[in-house]
Parts: sequence; C-alpha cells; structure tokens
Amino acid sequence: MSRLRERLQALRRTGRKGFIPYLMAGDPDLETTARLIRALEAAGADVLELGVPFSDPIADGPILQRAAERALRRGTRLRDCLDIVADVRRHSEIPIVLFSYLNPLLQFGLERLAREMAVVGIDGVLTTDLVPEEAEEFRQVMRAQGIETIFLVAPTSTDERIAEIARSASGFIYVVSRTGVTGTREQLSETMRPTVERVRRHTDLPIAVGFGISRPEHVREIWHYADAAVVGSALVQEIERHAAEPDLVKRVARFARWLKSGATEIPN
Amino acid sequence: MSRAFSLPDARGHFGPYGGRFVPETLMHPLQELTAAYLAAREDPDFHRELHELLRTYVGRPTPLFFARRLTEHLGGAKIYLKREDLCHTGAHKINNALGQALLAKRMGKTRVIAETGAGQHGVATATACALLGLQCVIYMGTEDMRRQALNVFRMQLLGAEVRGVDAGSRTLKEAISEALRDWVTYVETTYYLLGSVLGPHPYPMIVRDFQSLIGRETREQILECAGRLPDVLIACVGGGSNALGLFFDFLAEPQVRMIGVEAGGCGHTLGEHAARFAGGRPGVLHGTYTYVLQDEDGQIALTHSVAAGLDYAAVGPEHAYWRDRGRIEYVSVSDQEALEAFHLLARTEGILPALESAHALAYVCRLAPTMRRDQILIVNLSGRGDKDVQTVADRFHPEGMPSP
Repeated sequence: MSRLRERLQALRRTGRKGFIPYLMAGDPDLETTARLIRALEAAGADVLELGVPFSDPIADGPILQRAAERALRRGTRLRDCLDIVADVRRHSEIPIVLFSYLNPLLQFGLERLAREMAVVGIDGVLTTDLVPEEAEEFRQVMRAQGIETIFLVAPTSTDERIAEIARSASGFIYVVSRTGVTGTREQLSETMRPTVERVRRHTDLPIAVGFGISRPEHVREIWHYADAAVVGSALVQEIERHAAEPDLVKRVARFARWLKSGATEIPN
Repeated sequence: MSRAFSLPDARGHFGPYGGRFVPETLMHPLQELTAAYLAAREDPDFHRELHELLRTYVGRPTPLFFARRLTEHLGGAKIYLKREDLCHTGAHKINNALGQALLAKRMGKTRVIAETGAGQHGVATATACALLGLQCVIYMGTEDMRRQALNVFRMQLLGAEVRGVDAGSRTLKEAISEALRDWVTYVETTYYLLGSVLGPHPYPMIVRDFQSLIGRETREQILECAGRLPDVLIACVGGGSNALGLFFDFLAEPQVRMIGVEAGGCGHTLGEHAARFAGGRPGVLHGTYTYVLQDEDGQIALTHSVAAGLDYAAVGPEHAYWRDRGRIEYVSVSDQEALEAFHLLARTEGILPALESAHALAYVCRLAPTMRRDQILIVNLSGRGDKDVQTVADRFHPEGMPSP
C-alpha cells in the first residue's frame, strides 16, 4: 500500500483530518524547497504536493504564475523535482504527490517518469489539465508502478462526471472549492460544501479540498465536511514575501502551523 | 477521403491529435457547448440567420479575383486571390465570430470573451457583440497591443473592453492563457469565443465549420470562371482557420495540392520563428494535443513573427493530422520574404495584404514561377493590411524602393 493511502487511512481511523501544503519546486531554489518540505512535515503536514513549474499555467492565478516563473528562471526541471524527493526521502516518509501540467510529463516520457517516481518515492500524481477521458494510458502507466492517480472535481462537474472521476481516481479526490484559478481568498466559496457532498455520494475515497484556502478558519470549515485541506497560494505568497530573509523556512513553517491550528492570529 | 467529414471523433480527436486537455471545471461547459453547437448545426433557422448576416452584413460571397499583373510578374501559374480581406472588419475572422456570437446568444450567455493576436479576431468579436448586444472583453498581449494599436482602438470604439496581458512574450499565447483563466472563473455567464482552429474540442471543429464556406465559395467561383478545380491552394497558418476554411472543401479532391505557410520569422533557432512543423513536436498547449514549439523539458517556447496573427507556439490539431497523412504540405517563409510580398502585391495589384496573408503570397512568389502557365493557383488573401501599415513603415527601407 502506498504511503499516501496508508496516511489517509490512518487519519480516518483515528478521526483526524489532513493538512496538505503545496510547494512549487525550485521556488525560491531547489535546496530551499527540500528544507521547506522537511519543515512543513515537522509543522504537521500530512501529505505534500510538489508543483512542477510550467511556462503556461492556465489554471493558476498570479501567485502561482509568478512562482513558476521564478522556478523556471532558476532552471528548475522535472528531473530536479525527482531529485529533491530522493533527497527528502533520506529522512522522511511524508507522502508526496507530484502536481503538474501535462506537457512536461509527456515530454519526459510517461513510462520513464512512472519508473523514476517509484524509485525516488513519489506516491501520486495530479495533472491539472488531464481529465479521465484523456487519461487511460496515463493511468495504466502510473498504476503499473504503484503511483496513485488523483483527479479533480469542480463545482461544474455533473453527477455523471463525478461518478466517472471516482472510478478513475485513486489515493484521494481533489475537490476544487470554486470555479476559477488558484489564489488566495478572504472567504470560502458557497459551492464547496455541496460539491463535497455530491462527491461523497459516489466514493469512499478520501476527499481533499483546495483553491482559495488561505486562513485557519477555512481549513477548519473544510475539515467539517472533507478529509483534508490543501493550501497552495497562501503558502507560496508567504515564500514570495520572505524569500530574501534568512529565516524564510522558519517563517513558512510557522505560517503552516497557524493555518493548521485554527488560531486567528499568526503566533510570533 | 470521406474520412475528412467524419472528423473529429466524438471526443474531438483527429487521429492522435486534438482532444480536451483542460481543467475539470471546463469539461462540463465544453460538453454543453458541443451539444448546443451540434443542435444549432442541425437547425435551419440558425443557418438562415447566419447566412443572412453573412450576405447582408459581412458582404459575402467574397470575390475570387484573377491577379493578372502579379501572374505576369511571376511568369507561371495563373494566380487567383480569394478576397477575404473584403469582408466587413477586414479579415475572414468575422465568419467565425458571427457564427459563435449567434451560438452564444442561443445558449443564453450575456458576456463574451476572446483572445486576439493581430487584433483581427478581437475586432471581429467586438463587432459581432455590438451587432448582437453582447458584453465583450478582449484579451491581448501588450506587445501585440503596441504593434497593432489601430485594432486596439477599433475594438474600443466598438464598445469592447481590451485587457492587456503582460506576461511571457506578451503575445497571443499569453492572451489565450488569460482568456482561459477568465472563462474558468466566470464560466456560468460567459461564452469563450475562440478565434482559430485551436484549443479543446469542440473549438477546432466549430471554427473550421464556420470558416469552411470560404472553400465552398471558392469551388463554385473557380468552376464558373475557369471551368475546373485549381491545381494548388495556398494559405498562411497561424492557428490555421483561414487555411482550413479554404482547404476543407477540397480535401476529398486528390488532384488539388494544398500548402500551408508558417511564419519563418527571423531565424531557425527556437524563439526566432513560429514554424511548428519545422521546429516543433507533439505536445499539449491550451487544451489540445498538437505540434508545439517547446524546449526539451516541455516548456512552451517563445515565438517570433512580424505577423502577430502567426506568432503562436501551437498549430490547430487538424493541421497536425493532415500533415502526418501527407494530405497538406507545410512550408515557412521569413519575415523579410513576407514584407517583400506585401510590397509586391501593393504595387502589382493595388492591394495591401495583412502581413499574415503576405506569408502565403511570399510562398506564391516561390512556387508560381515553377508552374505551367495553364495551371491555377489560389491563395487565400485572409485579411487586409491597414493594421500593419505602421509595422511596414518602420521597416520600409529596402534599396531601390521609394520612401513612402
């Protein structure tokens, strides 16, 4: 059983909820990404999403667009994302999901990628612009190496589509909280809860919710309905703001603890 | 080749190309759009309304013009120009913009968004929205806004809001990305009016269908004036809508040779051109699987062309299919050759072509002299060059030519 399944099942068994931070590999640099992963694990991350930078991220808002630009300017490649995980695995068993657009994965070669992911210890893959209809070969290749294939459900997904996604997915289902691109938001979308409830009717897989999750109260609210909350842009914005400071890693870890804690003020 | 007419398949594939590579949020809207389009396609009332607008508003059919002096100058095949530049708004783009705007209205959408490169599709969309009373937002790269300033002002005069996109190369690629981000956010109320045979299914099919009247008219016109089918068809290929529009009706005629002309830019290095079939390989960009200019890591390459409407890293998936099957040939010409063809057409025929269409003409200049005088070559003059006058003026210093 994959680290990912094991972790999510353990959470459910013990009645706890998951906290899933997202990092863009290579932002601000690869060495810091590796340190951030370990710091986030220590801060209570249950699963880590590792973003592969792409030149044309159509599903991302300005914060993650800038993060991808920074990572690409530093020459970050898919190969580097794999190497970071190999490095992290010397000390850590945190489940890691690769979060990418399809083209960099296709050009690397799907079979080669699946093999290397298994070797370095990546547990799952989520491809923003790949839906189950186009993913048959992708799924087969990934599953053959024991890599979980995670798919998105959106507020616009019909029940018919949700059923198909539930059949295609493994690991967990990622519910997009709102229509739109990634980014920070003041309030959670009202479409979040009904979407999660519709997904629940179709699957026993764990459900994670992401897009716009920026505050501890968002995380807590998601935990009422779903199994885990994903925080991307809010965390990456914190990295962007403090990238030049020597205590960047500490600050980001503190921010993550705050998000997970449900407190209303960032602790000093 | 009746196969041409069964493409794409139900999921939008042209052989291995095409499909829908989009965020899940857009999947149901794309399915709804497909259903609405297929229903409209079967509805005689829809066709009647569109046909009437094309006739009385756009000015169709556009003429097929025998370019006598250009033919004499090149000394080979008889050259005919399909005069899409005479369409209302000055390019073939209006054929598709009106068709889709009617579809948007039929679907009950109140807001239309579009991307534009050269500005011709933006102007066509703004025009269609003004005509039909729809709110209109156009995304355009800031580099394109600079070099096509006239079209920016035209869109604004037509009541559209033009939003500049200041990322990457600040051209068409970034404008499409931003339009997709808008659509994914306001998908309930908004119709995305894509301007070429690009993007996720059903767009490559819808845009091709709305443009294919170019070829149907051309067939009738050439049969009437020459009594036979042409030997060669030539069109420029950015996304490839004017080319497929001309070619589609002739795909089943094996004796008709078809050539798509890509932008060779100012060199052969990645980043200096937009010749996807020469320098690209299959990949995914903006929702479709097709030939894409990219680096070895699958990052999309920046492109260059003097013609903003050809300056894009991917080509329509149906072109990729016909290229692999050898049915359509693809070549490229440089910025310089296109500029020379621009001047040649101006002085031999009294027509300023769009710099995009000038690429097709540049290849005509290479090919026509190698053909017999009884052969017929038809080139799609997809747009007029008024928008490019400033660009041409900035570069107008070839020896032996008078200053303007």
